[in-house]
Amino acid sequence: MLPQLVFYLFSTVLLISAVMVISARNPVHSVLFLIVAFFNAAGLFLVAGAEFLAMLLVIVYVGAVAVLFLFVVMMLDIDFTKLREGLQQHAAIGVCFGVVLFAELLVAVGNWHMSSVSVTRLSGAPGQTNTAALGDLIYTHYILLFQGCGLILLVAMIGAIVLTLRPVGSGRRQIIDKQHARVPSETLEMIDAPLGVGVISQGGFLRPHTSYHETSVPDSYASGGQIEADKKEKDV
Amino acid sequence: MAHFFYQTLVGQIILMVLETLAVLVPLLIGVAYLTLMERKVMAAMQRRRGPNVNGLFGLLQAFADAIKMIVKETVIPAGANRILFLFAPFLAFALAMLAWAVIPTGNGLAVANINVGILYLLAVSSLGVYGILIAGWASNSKYAFMGSMRAAAQMVSYEVSIGLIIVSVLLAVGSLNLNDIVLAQRHIWFCLPMFPVFIIFFISALAETGRAPFDLPEGESELVAGFFVEYSSLAFGLFFLGEYANMILMSALVSILFLGGWLPPIGVFPFTLVPGPLWLIAKILFCLFVFIWVRATFPRFRYDQLMRLGWKVFLPFSLIWMIGTAAFLMVTGLLPQGGGMN
Repeated sequence: MLPQLVFYLFSTVLLISAVMVISARNPVHSVLFLIVAFFNAAGLFLVAGAEFLAMLLVIVYVGAVAVLFLFVVMMLDIDFTKLREGLQQHAAIGVCFGVVLFAELLVAVGNWHMSSVSVTRLSGAPGQTNTAALGDLIYTHYILLFQGCGLILLVAMIGAIVLTLRPVGSGRRQIIDKQHARVPSETLEMIDAPLGVGVISQGGFLRPHTSYHETSVPDSYASGGQIEADKKEKDV
Repeated sequence: MAHFFYQTLVGQIILMVLETLAVLVPLLIGVAYLTLMERKVMAAMQRRRGPNVNGLFGLLQAFADAIKMIVKETVIPAGANRILFLFAPFLAFALAMLAWAVIPTGNGLAVANINVGILYLLAVSSLGVYGILIAGWASNSKYAFMGSMRAAAQMVSYEVSIGLIIVSVLLAVGSLNLNDIVLAQRHIWFCLPMFPVFIIFFISALAETGRAPFDLPEGESELVAGFFVEYSSLAFGLFFLGEYANMILMSALVSILFLGGWLPPIGVFPFTLVPGPLWLIAKILFCLFVFIWVRATFPRFRYDQLMRLGWKVFLPFSLIWMIGTAAFLMVTGLLPQGGGMN
């Protein structure tokens, strides 16, 4: 009784949040609903007795993949009105795709035969935890396929590194040894400045007369610029 | 009576609620007194007296702080996403509590003694990022957003080396069950043969909880307060509680993985008199003390130093250590066989 209830609870929330993923207007909300969906899928795994897969789903998809999604989506600068403009133009193509996919789904579901035997739990031999059962399968019976997956991921990783690698020597680079090797005698100069005498001639500095903003962005002051402003100040 | 609690549905639910309360209430009191302990220890290290006005030795200071925090006004910024803004602290707090379900305080003494306990802990702690990310984004503030970005990058980076170190421990245990991990340390605590990764794990735990010297996410000199800069009152309090509960959780994890959990240092007469939970609490307190000690001692890391340490030092080292552990156990025939049996 309780497992069925929990199953229906998880699957209902899963389906609702999956619908919300594509119908939410704010992309950040979409990603958050996606996370809820992942979470409920993990719950379904738990109900089926696959505790290891459930935890893995949460760790990998929720803990890593969705975080990256969220990172990217939060950084997006999206104009929502522009997004909705395209809807009318692409509606026809969208409907076509939708009809084709729906027909395929109908065909697939139509040919689906429910097994008369009830599904066995997803655990291995009696007394073996499903972590051990899964390890046995992956690392003993399907080791070559598993290694193949690993290789594909390695290729993807190297590809990502190559795509984002900047040429050596470009950009700022910190050489820690050099920083640590600095001693006060090389970098500090002690100046004996007598009281009441300006230190400008001995290496001190004055605030530049025109501000940085004025010199870098001409006419950035409404009237006359910094010099005028200074004059006004003097008059007052 | 026993029949009612173990056989009927209502009895089981009542039992479950009682068990949960038996973990959460001491935890929350622990969090309250951890704040006091932190202030007292820091004060002692800086030759001050610390809180000493409210109650004897300032023992009521934590409750005074809590009451102050509760009666303040909750301010929601005008540009904030209201629902997510209020949801984030609850998420952060709930996740910090959730993880405690699997921590064993004695042989088999856990709310849920599940087979994949350590994976559950990893899963819950990896969810902790969301509370921070959502808070930073929903606040609609630059500082909060920058802080949450930093926090998320930091937590994701250090989770990798934490995961690898946990794998090396699991190789020596042969089970994902936290109870089994402690029992495997009957003869020798893992902190001795695995001393280097014990230290790395502790430092990663500091980074994972965003504690000094890795408290970049809330670096007040640059980001005011980081991801919770817009929060006030109880919403801020929930973040605060969550952060300290996470500190205690990480200390418990260090104790369980490396310091023998509830086991006494040596299983001989005078030590075995002390009940297991007290040993665990003593170890957690020691770890917490080191957390505070580190905070009072080291200046904050720069952000690039933090990332370099995580990815270029800890990750390769823990990877090599993992391979080395596997090879050593394989060659010496110490690899636990038939692991994972119920």
